[in-house]
Amino acid sequence: MKLTGAQAFLKCLEEHGVEVIFGYPGGALIDVYDELMKNDKIHHVLTRHEQAAVHAADAYGRIKGEVGVALVTSGPGATNAVTGIASAYMDSIPLVVFTGQVPTKLIGNDAFQEVDIVGITRPITKHNYLVKNAEELVPIIREAFHLAKTGRPGPVLVDLPKDVLATRIGYPELKPISMRTYKPTYEPHPGQIEKACKAMLKAKKPVIYAGGGVILSDSNEELTELARRLDIPVTMTLMGLGGFPGTDHLSMGMLGMHGTYFANMAVANCDLLIAVGARFDDRVTGRVDAFAPHAEIIHIDIDPSSISKNVRVDIPIVADCKHALDAINAWFGRSKDFNADDCMEKNRPWHEQIREWKNKHPLGYVEETDIIKPQFVIQKLNELTGGDAIITTEVGQHQMWTAQFYHFNKPRQFATSGGLGVMGYGFPAAIGAQMAAPDKVVIDIAGDGSIQMNIQELATCRQEKLPVKVAILNNGYLGMVRQWQELFYNKQYSSTVMEVAPDFVKVAEAYGAVGLRATKPSEVEPVIREALKINNTVFMDFVIAREEGVYPMVPAGKATTEMLLV
Amino acid sequence: MKHTISVLLQNKPGVLSRVTGLFSGRGFNIESLSVAQTLEPDVSCLTLVTSGEDTIIEQITKQLHKLIDVIKVTDMCEHDNVEREMALIRVKAEAHTRAEVLRIVDIFRGKVIDVGPKSYVVELTGKASKLQAVIDILRPIGIQEIVRSGTIAMTRAPKS
Ligand SMILES: Cc1ncc(C[n+]2csc(CCOP(=O)(O)OP(=O)(O)O)c2C)c(N)n1
Ligand SMILES: [Mg+2]
Repeated sequence: MKLTGAQAFLKCLEEHGVEVIFGYPGGALIDVYDELMKNDKIHHVLTRHEQAAVHAADAYGRIKGEVGVALVTSGPGATNAVTGIASAYMDSIPLVVFTGQVPTKLIGNDAFQEVDIVGITRPITKHNYLVKNAEELVPIIREAFHLAKTGRPGPVLVDLPKDVLATRIGYPELKPISMRTYKPTYEPHPGQIEKACKAMLKAKKPVIYAGGGVILSDSNEELTELARRLDIPVTMTLMGLGGFPGTDHLSMGMLGMHGTYFANMAVANCDLLIAVGARFDDRVTGRVDAFAPHAEIIHIDIDPSSISKNVRVDIPIVADCKHALDAINAWFGRSKDFNADDCMEKNRPWHEQIREWKNKHPLGYVEETDIIKPQFVIQKLNELTGGDAIITTEVGQHQMWTAQFYHFNKPRQFATSGGLGVMGYGFPAAIGAQMAAPDKVVIDIAGDGSIQMNIQELATCRQEKLPVKVAILNNGYLGMVRQWQELFYNKQYSSTVMEVAPDFVKVAEAYGAVGLRATKPSEVEPVIREALKINNTVFMDFVIAREEGVYPMVPAGKATTEMLLV
Repeated sequence: MKHTISVLLQNKPGVLSRVTGLFSGRGFNIESLSVAQTLEPDVSCLTLVTSGEDTIIEQITKQLHKLIDVIKVTDMCEHDNVEREMALIRVKAEAHTRAEVLRIVDIFRGKVIDVGPKSYVVELTGKASKLQAVIDILRPIGIQEIVRSGTIAMTRAPKS
């Protein structure tokens, strides 16, 4: 039986187990939307902006561990999606974005709502396709899903000309995908594993530095096994939070620009750094030549181009983190040279040293009685959700406070725009997360600036009846930029004062959601408790200390030991 | 240091711009570039000359390899290889210099492929250094125009 391209498109999504897609219609996609109405297997979430559709799909994928799917129309729909695609690319998030396109015979003619989205997104996708004839449609979609989720994951874009969606085709049968040019390396080289294990056996001051790759490869258990068996302290990147239990005694929290004092000191003084699924981003390393200067470095990563890109690596292991950690754990399982008690004994002075650093400058803030401190709000959120909520964030100070003060014990519990740092990510991401985990508490921890970048998504929440909670840490500033201005630009608060802001409670109410406000520390807990009880979208407006800073802070370009402290 | 990198790619629309986009986006430089079909019609060979420290060259080869349409990346400098470039040179050839030009072209095993009333077009192939030598010799006679191809390269047969 022949199907139209639009029918084949949906059938192919079903074939990949897709249940939810996020999108926005337009002329180029009418055929698909027409079919969607008749389809009861795929639920389409109509966001109020294409950027939000992509962020929502991104977070849906992160939380569920699947490939997120977004669908946007040609021209402006596609360009609106660009920020979302770039964010997913920087964070290696598996995502397939479908864009409508003008009919093939009009391509290149500056037709109405035509853009060369394949050209535009070439540097921000893992790969992208223009489907030139209907016969290629299904094979390309299959390749797109395959590419998105295998190897180092990432967004793949498929551009769908309108005529392709209307052409009748036979639905090709499913065949195993084999791509001549694409064969990611999953299995580690045994010789490298051996070298790495021997280095670990020897090390007296080891540190594990875990990144988003641990979460993407679902290797948190393997990582935890390794850390506990060898008694190695663990620090995580923003993307790696939850890859190792945040409340474990071996956890040092986040490292880098706003990392903990003791994590940064430990990295600066370690003799062995075990990087797992991390990419030595400048926000982590600070001045590169001062990063882990005394350490031998092991780097496990599935992407060979990540290895020795920013920092020279002594023992590279190109592999899927899970496979590599499995091999390492197995090596220690059978090694006769390894003895857990000896290992603890050997590491004891190192742990003492770290404890000393920790006691000297623990993560903290100055408490006040009549004004709400943002860190306090996050601690309360952590406490009242039992550390078990799914948290998304926008970008700014509130994002860093979240990373510092919410303790993530599980993977796929946290979604934030790490690499690109997109204000406006968190609210749509919370929608995606709630769709992925309907029974979980989902909270977007937001800034008053960022929330306004996709505030229209209140409508989406209401339409889908999502009990998403938004905790706005309202400082009346673009706080993170203001902090830089305070520290490095003589307090010239150029364009960072939010001189006009909406009443967030009323905005929520205007959409039929609930708005709550806390202006005193004593109101924080009641507001959170009440919000958690409400089966509706809730905005919590926390009016916080206006000029609170995020500390520790490593000024850009400085060594990570040169931290400004509270 | 200069490196000649040979890249086998799927012959698909947009592939070349993936390669050049990678170079411009990451701030790598391309000194010359040449692309054409191989024995397999759906595979192209792209040869490019670039320069940089070893770490940069390593990144370039890794990033090229990461492109989905790339089949194989070879840094020719790691192999014994032969390299050639071609140049077309329009050189002044008036009554008193014609013989001189012909003699030079002959010495370097070039060919005159077009003869005008006051100029020749000379075809030359060789390593970049040889082409440069010929250009330097012809310059005083009067070069009017030069078109040079990118480098192409091939590994030598293994000895024995
Ligand atoms: C789309 C976008 N534009 C600009 C920036 C630059 N930027 C980074 S943090 C920040 C301030 C964010 O303000 P707010 O959301 O109120 O958070 P706060 O830092 O006050 O907690 C800005 C403007 C960005 N990250 N993303
Ligand atoms: Mg703010």
